Amino acid sequence: MADRQTGLWLDGLTISHDGGLDLAIDAHVAPGAVLTVMGPSGAGKSTLLAAITGTLARGFAQTGRVVLDGRDLTGLPPEARHIGILFQDELLFPHLSVGGNLAFGLPASVRGRAARRARVGAALQEIGLAGFEDRDPATLSGGQRARVALMRMLLSDPCALLLDEAFSKLDTGLRAQMREMVFGFARDRGLPVVMVTHDPGDAEAAGGAMITLD
Amino acid sequence: MLASRAGLIWLAPATAIAVLAGPVLAGLAGTVLPAFGYFPSLGGRALSLDPFAALLAWPGLPASVWLSLGPGLLATVLSLGFAVLICAGWQGTAVFRAIERALSPVLSVPHAAAAFGLAFLIAPSGWIARALAPLAGWQVPPDVLILHDPWGLSLVAGLVAKEVPFLVLMMLAALPQARPEQSRKVAQALGYGRAAGWLKTVFPRVYPQIRLPVYAVLAYSMSAVDVAMILGPTTPPPLSVQVLAWMHDPDLALRFQAAAGAVLQLALVLVALALWRGAEALVATLGRRWAEGGARRAAEGAVRAGGIAAAGLTGGAALLGLAALALWSAAGVWRFPALWPETLGPAAWMRHGPELAQPLRDTALIGLGAVALALVLALWCLEAEQRGLRPPGRTLSLIYLPLIVPQVAFLTGLQALAIGSGLDGGPGAVLVVHLVFVLPYVMLSLGDPYRAWDRRFGIAAAALGASPTRIFWRVRLPMLLRPVLTAAAVGFAVSVGQYLPTLLIGAGRVQTVTTEAVALASGGDRRVIGVYGIVQTAAALVPFALAIVLPAVLWRNRRGLRHG
Repeated sequence: MADRQTGLWLDGLTISHDGGLDLAIDAHVAPGAVLTVMGPSGAGKSTLLAAITGTLARGFAQTGRVVLDGRDLTGLPPEARHIGILFQDELLFPHLSVGGNLAFGLPASVRGRAARRARVGAALQEIGLAGFEDRDPATLSGGQRARVALMRMLLSDPCALLLDEAFSKLDTGLRAQMREMVFGFARDRGLPVVMVTHDPGDAEAAGGAMITLD
Repeated sequence: MLASRAGLIWLAPATAIAVLAGPVLAGLAGTVLPAFGYFPSLGGRALSLDPFAALLAWPGLPASVWLSLGPGLLATVLSLGFAVLICAGWQGTAVFRAIERALSPVLSVPHAAAAFGLAFLIAPSGWIARALAPLAGWQVPPDVLILHDPWGLSLVAGLVAKEVPFLVLMMLAALPQARPEQSRKVAQALGYGRAAGWLKTVFPRVYPQIRLPVYAVLAYSMSAVDVAMILGPTTPPPLSVQVLAWMHDPDLALRFQAAAGAVLQLALVLVALALWRGAEALVATLGRRWAEGGARRAAEGAVRAGGIAAAGLTGGAALLGLAALALWSAAGVWRFPALWPETLGPAAWMRHGPELAQPLRDTALIGLGAVALALVLALWCLEAEQRGLRPPGRTLSLIYLPLIVPQVAFLTGLQALAIGSGLDGGPGAVLVVHLVFVLPYVMLSLGDPYRAWDRRFGIAAAALGASPTRIFWRVRLPMLLRPVLTAAAVGFAVSVGQYLPTLLIGAGRVQTVTTEAVALASGGDRRVIGVYGIVQTAAALVPFALAIVLPAVLWRNRRGLRHG
């Protein structure tokens, strides 16, 4: 049995809506490991992610706990949880430049204009987009946008990573590349990953435990 | 945790309701009490029915009542009918999209300016008569009473020209929820014509959404003062205009009668709303029978032709009216049957330009102040709603309160309260009363885009560690810059157009371009009216231009926001 003081622990988590039970899950994701959640539409996959990020809509009731690295997140607002999430749309802020998007993710503790610019520049280099600081995100290709979204999230120093159908819009070649990149970053940084997907290929690439909701 | 996070945001809906309902309710109380004889500062210390007795003794009352009910109901039926024809015949076509784009500017033209423009078109010496003169052989203007006609038909025309665009806009806002494309495809696959399909499947779902706007149109049409002064009958005038005349009579005893008249005006509007409500039920029953009868066509050609005619007439009246105003403002000699002035020149502008500076400044200050407050309140409310603190719904319908209670019914009372507390006569008091009318339109304009914003941007930002406050300022507001500016422009146009609130609460001492323009109506100098009408329209339109240009400049390098 893994040590539950590290990683992401969904401790007897149940979510009900209007009195009816939506889902019940008890799982532990070790640092660097991937938990794949599959299941048909409406099985509560998005609800599960909303419970973990703390963005459940009104009308949902939650019991049990979400514990990250031994820290009980239940009741914390989303911004205090340090949980990164990637959606199938990149959701780059359209009013900010590429560099601005990355800087938005960078914590305020990185002080000074020059230091922040340097961090953003290095991050862009890391994803093969050196010199893209002032670009309009709307002018990037799909693969470039996906990488910027990933790096924006990593810069915010998350302690866990959620993937909400994150690869489903990419074409096959790009998809394999992005998977490798995301899982690689997660392994290197020891981030527990919860991945919601329809695609058995995603599960295969992740190679971790799998839960099917119904 | 939750309480500290929520903080002051809890207060948002309550504050907005207080701002909207407070003046209306206080004003109504201030109207009802004098109507029953209680007005201590004028010596009325006991309740009595004397004011109503005096009102009933006024010989003009029956005609005056009729001139509120008749033109009001007729204008509402025609406005709704035209708006429905436009949507039923053309929704989902390129023509409709063109109409959509023309809506906001047409809507922003102040009522008074639109009424003056219409007057310049339809008067016996107006452009239409000049165009017909060669055919009819007129050398002098035909001797017919068109403006101020005793049936109030010109008044109806002036109201319809302004209310059709408003109702079309409201239908546009309601349409997406009714999924018109889907319904049309299904109906057309079942063999229904475009118009029949729209009327039978889409309209029944749209109407409940635009019910309150329709009620607002009915209440406004029955009690509008400025349009009635410019186009309506005069001896006697519609009730609301007569109430205002009594309010301004040097004989202060007539204030009681005015209050009784204002109460009667409120009662008339309530009766008309009840009648309308009954008619709704009747039309719904007949409509269901019609829908289930299976007829595939609804005079398709006629509906489409009627729709385009309605759009052309209202849009054309607004545009040609403005053109007539502009031309008259610059006209030198312009004899009757001529379509174009013999000479053009800036004389009227030179003469009246300097005196416009002061009203323009006050118009801008009051408008900007009211818009700023309205934006703060509206954004505060919408943000509170977004954070799940209070569901929309019932509270939302309260924003229609100031639009449905006739202005004359609560502003007369509010004026009395303002005088009593020494708050009248200043731009500040006028600003606060403008806010009552500006806030509903800002809310209506901003609500849909605010709610339609993709919430996942907020979730993504929160997951990056951004607090709700940071998300609001750094992500949501910049992304919604265009709708926020549009709402501000709508609000400013509403403020510019306010006549009665400015006149009554400003106690005649606060002059805006609109109060000045309406005051000139009786003078009948077309060149001056042209100047003021154009200035009034420009004051309302400039913010719209800014709302288009500013985001385009600020976001010139951001393709993702160009059509946002």
